[in-house]
Amino acid sequence: MFKPIEFIGKVSVFALRVLHDAFRAPFEGAQISRQLAAVGYESLPLVIASGFALGTVMTLHTRSTLVTFGAGSMIPTVQALAFFVEIGPLVSGLLVAGRVGSGIGAVLANMRATEQIDGIESLSIDAFKLLVVPRVAACVLALPLLTIFMDFSGLLGGFLSEFSSSRISLQLYIDRAFADFDWANFIPPTVKTAVFGFIIGTVSAFFGYTTNEGAKGVGKAATNSVVVSSLLIILADVILIKCIFFAFPDNAL
Amino acid sequence: MSQEIKSAVIFDRVSKAFGPKQVLRDVSFEVPGGEILCILGRSGTGKSVTLKLLISLLKPDHGKIWVDGIEITRLKEADLSKVRRKMGFLFQDAALFDSFTLYENLALPLHRLTDKTQDEIDSIVDRVLGQVGLAGDKQKMPSDLSGGMRKRAGLARALVLEPKVLLADEPSSGLDRITAAEIDELLLRQKADRGTTVIVVTHDVHGARRIGNRFAVFDKGDLVAFGAASDVEQSENETARKLISEH
Repeated sequence: MFKPIEFIGKVSVFALRVLHDAFRAPFEGAQISRQLAAVGYESLPLVIASGFALGTVMTLHTRSTLVTFGAGSMIPTVQALAFFVEIGPLVSGLLVAGRVGSGIGAVLANMRATEQIDGIESLSIDAFKLLVVPRVAACVLALPLLTIFMDFSGLLGGFLSEFSSSRISLQLYIDRAFADFDWANFIPPTVKTAVFGFIIGTVSAFFGYTTNEGAKGVGKAATNSVVVSSLLIILADVILIKCIFFAFPDNAL
Repeated sequence: MSQEIKSAVIFDRVSKAFGPKQVLRDVSFEVPGGEILCILGRSGTGKSVTLKLLISLLKPDHGKIWVDGIEITRLKEADLSKVRRKMGFLFQDAALFDSFTLYENLALPLHRLTDKTQDEIDSIVDRVLGQVGLAGDKQKMPSDLSGGMRKRAGLARALVLEPKVLLADEPSSGLDRITAAEIDELLLRQKADRGTTVIVVTHDVHGARRIGNRFAVFDKGDLVAFGAASDVEQSENETARKLISEH
């Protein structure tokens, strides 16, 4: 039976251990690099393709409404704000939760089932630090970078969609997109994805690292990683947006 | 206490349960340094759990365990790590780190736990892989190795830190007789060359009788016989007599 309070307690302790061990030598640079390649580089095609498609579709949907109200020139602005402030960070987080979170959960659960984690512990090596911390660190570092790629590919998709309708020049599109743009529209939403990365890495590693159900636990860990990470990302997004509005009141207007 | 220090391993009234299932019940035995103990028993009688308790991957519910004169049941992680460095563990399926090459699997503990230079580490890895007949395979991934090669690779990893106590969980399971005999030979060589204490969980009675100094027979969580082969053969327990019999 699922016990939410017990689960929250266990994940919180796990997360605190991640934070504690992340700032304790040895710093696992080689492992973090490996994981960065797996989390970041290998997620790039998915993120760029999704951003491009979303950008194209969003312009197609918003264009008719904005043109109807005589606000056709606002299309680039709407596109840029929507992507940089919300769509880019949130969709990147959800995509990475699906692609990377399931992978982390399944890999660690498989390592548990095949006694690889016990094998590492038996060598006097801290398996948690070797396996969990680099994966969480890679998610934290990769998510903001992937979000930037998502933002710009979305903008590119939007431009091409708009160009096909109005033949707008790239220069004019960019000028309009960033005319009312502020750094506060870009930096806080992008940085908040580091929190999404921490959630994905920690929750997925928790399900994989703590399973004890053998082969059955591998599939379960992968599924739970995606479902719980995605839910927590959406929940965290709401809280972080409130925090951003508190820190940058102009953004809330 | 003097007895405790002489023995490489001591189990003192150790019990372990998983939920309602009692896996070990009041088990006590000692293994003198430099000997090979073979643990026999039917499946699910607590043999592998005994090995995991010895290296503290599991904690006993009751009782005490000494390894090389140190009581390990109440040790903190940092102190436990020091004891584990004296031990090597060959897992049933080798449990090699599957995203590392064979070389990296062996070099990892040397990099982490010793001050050796890269040249020294390379030399040790080459030597240990040579001992198990895998000298030319160090750049292979575990998935590229056959069952027998994986087992030998697992043994190489267990030996790389030159342990005082070597634990082997079914080292010959799933192997042909020739490869199983080669593994037995490697275990014997550890005992002869380095005075390593070896504790082997096995179903292979022929191999066990060839390498073992002492035998422990488990049945339903109880240690039902312990001693030399001749002692176990004359045990009052029928399961013990059957298990040690070569026929």
